[in-house]
Amino acid sequence: MSKMYYRELYCGSPIRFWSGLALLGAFIVIGLGSAYYMEHNGHWVTGMSNQIVWGLPHVFAIFLIVAASGALNVASIGSVFGGPLYKPLGRYSGLLAIGLLAGGLMVLVLDLGRPDRLIVAMTEYNFKSIFAWNVILYSGFFAIVGVYLWTMMDRSVSKFNRPVGFAAFFWRIALTTGTGSIFGFLVAREAYDAAIMAPMFVIMSFSYGLAFFIITLITAYIWGDREIGDLRLTRLKNLLGVFVGAVLYFTLAYNITNLYITQHHGIERFVLLDGGIYTQMFWIGQILIGSVLPLFLIYSPAFEKSRWAIAAASIAVLIGGFFQIYVIVIGGQAYPMNLFPGKEVVESGFFDGVVASYTPTFPEAALGVAGIAVALAMVAVGARVFKVFPETLEDPNS
Amino acid sequence: MRSSLISNRYLIILLAGLLLSAMQAFGESAFVTKGSKAASLDNCVAPTDVMRRNHMDFLKHGRDDTVRDGVRGLEYSLSECIDCHASTGRSGKAMPVDAEGEFCQECHGYVAVSPACFQCHRTTPEKMGNNYGYHKDESFFVESTSQPAGIQRD
Amino acid sequence: MSKKGDQPSMERRQFIGGTIAAAGALTIAPGVILHAVADTDQRTEGASSEHRWGMVIDANKCADGCTACVEACNTEHSLTGLGRPETDAAWIRTVKLKDKQTGNISRLPVMCQHCEHPPCVDVCPTNASFKRADGVVLVDRHTCIGCRYCMMACPYKARSFIHEALSDQSVNAPRGKGCVESCTLCVHRIDEGVMQTACQEACEKDGHAAILFGDLKDPNSEISQVLKKYNSVQIRGDLELNTGVRYRNL
Repeated sequence: MSKMYYRELYCGSPIRFWSGLALLGAFIVIGLGSAYYMEHNGHWVTGMSNQIVWGLPHVFAIFLIVAASGALNVASIGSVFGGPLYKPLGRYSGLLAIGLLAGGLMVLVLDLGRPDRLIVAMTEYNFKSIFAWNVILYSGFFAIVGVYLWTMMDRSVSKFNRPVGFAAFFWRIALTTGTGSIFGFLVAREAYDAAIMAPMFVIMSFSYGLAFFIITLITAYIWGDREIGDLRLTRLKNLLGVFVGAVLYFTLAYNITNLYITQHHGIERFVLLDGGIYTQMFWIGQILIGSVLPLFLIYSPAFEKSRWAIAAASIAVLIGGFFQIYVIVIGGQAYPMNLFPGKEVVESGFFDGVVASYTPTFPEAALGVAGIAVALAMVAVGARVFKVFPETLEDPNS
Repeated sequence: MRSSLISNRYLIILLAGLLLSAMQAFGESAFVTKGSKAASLDNCVAPTDVMRRNHMDFLKHGRDDTVRDGVRGLEYSLSECIDCHASTGRSGKAMPVDAEGEFCQECHGYVAVSPACFQCHRTTPEKMGNNYGYHKDESFFVESTSQPAGIQRD
Repeated sequence: MSKKGDQPSMERRQFIGGTIAAAGALTIAPGVILHAVADTDQRTEGASSEHRWGMVIDANKCADGCTACVEACNTEHSLTGLGRPETDAAWIRTVKLKDKQTGNISRLPVMCQHCEHPPCVDVCPTNASFKRADGVVLVDRHTCIGCRYCMMACPYKARSFIHEALSDQSVNAPRGKGCVESCTLCVHRIDEGVMQTACQEACEKDGHAAILFGDLKDPNSEISQVLKKYNSVQIRGDLELNTGVRYRNL
């Protein structure tokens, strides 16, 4: 195989690069302004309430964090599982993972009731709380991926690449297990409280992370006028298909289990049949756009080598994934907790027994979008100043 | 090397001198708001310079004892600070201690440290009859103010 | 009762105002116990694991349309509503239930159940949500970062998030924007030796007496006697949280 040369990604036109960054910067500024507005006034200006305690910012944050650990997979395949075709993509995989995690964490932190007390979260740990563990897992992820990138980019430490790669792989599995367990460990609510949440989040991360990776990789190579070979893209595309199928399988297992358990018929009916917006998001968003459409685009012989189909499939996976997390996070809270089995709540001073309503507001959405903008800006700047992308990704002619 | 060390030393002495005089100016000033109960007392629950330097630590220790362990009636209590240090405004109403020119804000504004206490704690004495706990017995003040215990309240 | 119940601190003040030599607890009326310590700084002893405070609520006695307990709680802790029910704090609420099969109607107040194994404490990343030695589950607002994970975890929907800046809080319950809060079982009264919560007091005053507060660890306390004699249930008893609040006739 020919030697790989990496080079900083220069955009053909500087105006396009700087205006692109400026646009991302504008999104970030609007998002930060929104966060300030929400913190200054208190959360009543958002759609969140005592019923829906986690709202749109959390959907964005969890989506980005899950995607972050998934984005590292390409690097893991390259250095841990020995996939030579993936190896040149490892650096970008690490950079994207760091960017996505930073974006997600920013959203999560800025939505706290007391973001000024972040230092408390860093210094006070309740080790029974999976949330506390996640604080460690998230900060550790930055460190490990940073070292991982170093071993990929500096020849003098490249002998550590494999062990560090292993560590990063296990860390990222732990990270997504931890994120899924945030819901898996919630005994109170019927939509959660299931061990399958952890592995389901892991597989979701594979899918969203790879979709993010593919779409940004294609964009970057168009941006920098570089070549990607069909062989590599087809590999990535087929892998995405497997992951999308796997997410579908976990969704099926989760729902079938709930359909079997009489106690959980209520929540299933809510998500699958009469939950209004949540039902639509599940069937149209997650299943149709997020699963059926990409599987068709990926496996249909008509689009065998179509880059548009690959890009469209990746975007569809991301949209579907967003809706999937929306249904999990907000749908799961909207469905009322069953405090009194066998009883119907006639009156309540605190919204017992009724489906909670939630209408996201602009600041929440702006904060979430700013998270994505932070991720993309970090990637754009990182690719510009570091040697992240191979000069060419044309198929090896062997 | 040596000369730079010496000049550094002079610099330090100079800075220390400046700091000392600044602190002295600050230390000599009487920072008790007029019309507060504190103005009529000789000193706080500890000597003034001790309070000035350590009040935050006293309060922080007390807060954990009270919130976590339910120990009340501590020697240092934030609500006592407020009861004693809040001044009475022209309208006869108590002024919030974190308002401009009032007891807490006067110094905290000067040193640009936000007194975060008042994001949760009230800033004026509470006059309601039906509150329990937190308030230490007021007999502490009886000798120096010769007021009957529990005036203003109940 | 009413006089002493209203102004126990006055009594205490005069009591302590004299010279104190004896340490111990003095009972001046049923429901009012004064702890006095032979120490000049008048420290109370604090929460002790020799007690476990709890409640038993008789659903049959909870009167339709009555919100005395809710109002008393709001007054006691200065929970001022802003006319935004979805974000206003609710430490205690009344719920009216109808049995889906039999049509039987029951009504009860619901608040923090002060579990022995509270899920909110398990999930709190910063130890802000904690259980005192005497079983009272509280939020330490000094370390609460406002992540709301405890609200996700509580099976009773007992917690509220403070959605706006506040002022003129009660000394009984300092509270502020961005933290989570819930029923404190009136710890400020417990610590002061007043063995009656605000909701119980109000319920009694209205002549219903549906709420009984007391020490679950003291076999001779009224609450222990009632719980021993009559059948009672825990809300979501299937979770095995061993709640400190029990219900009769539910």
